[in-house]
Amino acid sequence: MDMETVRFLEEAACKRRIDIVNLIYQAQTGHIGGSLSSADVLTALYYHVMDVEKIKAGNPDRDRFILSKGHSVEGFYSILADRGFFPREELKTYAQFHTRLACHPTSKIPGVEVSTGSLGHGLPVAVGMAISLKRGNSPAHIYVVMGDGEQGEGSVWEAAMAGPTYGLDNLTAVVDRNHLQISGNTENVMCLEPLADRYRAFGWNVICINGNDFGEIIPALTARVPGKPTAIISDTVKGKGVSFMENQAAWHHKVPTEEQYRQALQELNQRLESLSAR
Amino acid sequence: MSMQTKGSCRKAFTGTLDALAYEHPDINAVTTDARGSVTLEQFAQNHPDQFVEMGIAEQDAVSVSAGMALTGKNVFVCGPACFLTTRSLEQVKVDVAYNKTNVKVVGVSGGLSYGPLGATHTTVTDIAQIRCIFNMTVLLPADAAQTEALTRQLAQFHGPVYMRMGRGDVYDVYEKGEEFTIGKAKQLRDGSDLTIIACGEMVWYAVRAAEKLAQEGVQARVLDMFTVKPIDREAILKAAQETGRILTVEEHSVYGGLGGAVAEILCQEKPVPLKIMGLPDEDIILGNSTELFTYYGIDAEGIRKGALELLKR
Repeated sequence: MDMETVRFLEEAACKRRIDIVNLIYQAQTGHIGGSLSSADVLTALYYHVMDVEKIKAGNPDRDRFILSKGHSVEGFYSILADRGFFPREELKTYAQFHTRLACHPTSKIPGVEVSTGSLGHGLPVAVGMAISLKRGNSPAHIYVVMGDGEQGEGSVWEAAMAGPTYGLDNLTAVVDRNHLQISGNTENVMCLEPLADRYRAFGWNVICINGNDFGEIIPALTARVPGKPTAIISDTVKGKGVSFMENQAAWHHKVPTEEQYRQALQELNQRLESLSAR
Repeated sequence: MSMQTKGSCRKAFTGTLDALAYEHPDINAVTTDARGSVTLEQFAQNHPDQFVEMGIAEQDAVSVSAGMALTGKNVFVCGPACFLTTRSLEQVKVDVAYNKTNVKVVGVSGGLSYGPLGATHTTVTDIAQIRCIFNMTVLLPADAAQTEALTRQLAQFHGPVYMRMGRGDVYDVYEKGEEFTIGKAKQLRDGSDLTIIACGEMVWYAVRAAEKLAQEGVQARVLDMFTVKPIDREAILKAAQETGRILTVEEHSVYGGLGGAVAEILCQEKPVPLKIMGLPDEDIILGNSTELFTYYGIDAEGIRKGALELLKR
């Protein structure tokens, strides 16, 4: 990966993080920690990996993205607006009366393939898409982003069995492994480890990456192994990009105070300036 | 006269689906290690590329079906109704109804079909569970001919549907080729003293009961409410207006099913004496479904007695 692409993606992701903080502060609601942790993977998908024009055109062979951890929606909306699925102006309606920008993505919104919000649905729906598209010899690839806490849902593992059974090499599942769920560290709530080994044992091609590093994200998202779906254990920092939110479970869905909001924006704007200056 | 011949709804469903799948390549069947109990073996053999086995994983099967539907398929996800509607209820709510996917949830061996297998295998709350989920259409065919006709319509119907049928052979109510409109009740007999509204396997018993009542000078209208949702409000109000009393019968809990749906309309728009017959809110005793229909008073004789009680009110 060339440095120019990485710099471009880092800048795009930083802008998404600014949007995330703005959206949540303005609406006084949202899931800030997981939106910030997963922002880089979503940015990589929509600014580099997937053919967005094909998605906009509703091409049957388009790649598809499912945000299974639907609560991390703010970064997703920011991306969809910035990529032209709907006007940026509409972001102001996030979580407001009669909006279509719900706190979990709904398929009423252009660019949202599947309504999500309840955990443990995205991977099985993705498996269904992948089965049909593979049988139809479509070149489309299905990407699904799950939370790590979400791995507690049994339906995830039903689908984890089905993916390799059907040889779904057109499916990539990303686990946003930020180590924190609402009650604290995942290992203190319900042990997930050894998570990579678990997916491997189920028959997946498993790649472990730093999910906040584009140099590792892009090769993982584009990796394919014939006959096997790919699981990316994407090690991330919850609250990534805002110093006082990082690795704090409380920032799962806390809303910043005015002072915290200003500090968060200051940190992210400084980061953006330093990226632009490079 | 009610017919004495019998046929299998599930075989009518799978036989019809098998035939339709040739001309409708978008038709897919998904099942949960239930190809035997659904009678999908022939379909699986004839259409391997339109058949998906998900193993014993009802939640996954429903979500996978939704995913397939989102790529343009018309997906029939089939399995025992008891598991498919309860274990997968959230998948039906979210992935089928909320996402408005083109998925037909087909529950076989519903109601008391599994008889002696016990409460884990009864399906007597499915109508209540599914009919209050928005976007869902709920169908309970009465016999094999109606199952075939509805299955044909579902090949063209775009949107979420739940269709429930039983396991064993059931008495024929209709001649093959009879036509039905989803959302419109079928009047099987006219009468002026009361109306019996039934669905599923209970329809045949309702007709038998009406025949017995006629011999006693009581004229009962019989409506086959095979579409429990969207329910035929006009037919219900017309029956209330013209016959003055309504009796509902279903192979379902007396709570929240066909009777509940009829009551919601009558109580608010045209209150008339109403009797809801079905299964009590308790652990159902064991036996085959015929024995149980008699025990719980929803066979022809039970319905007759219920009608006579209602006429005293």
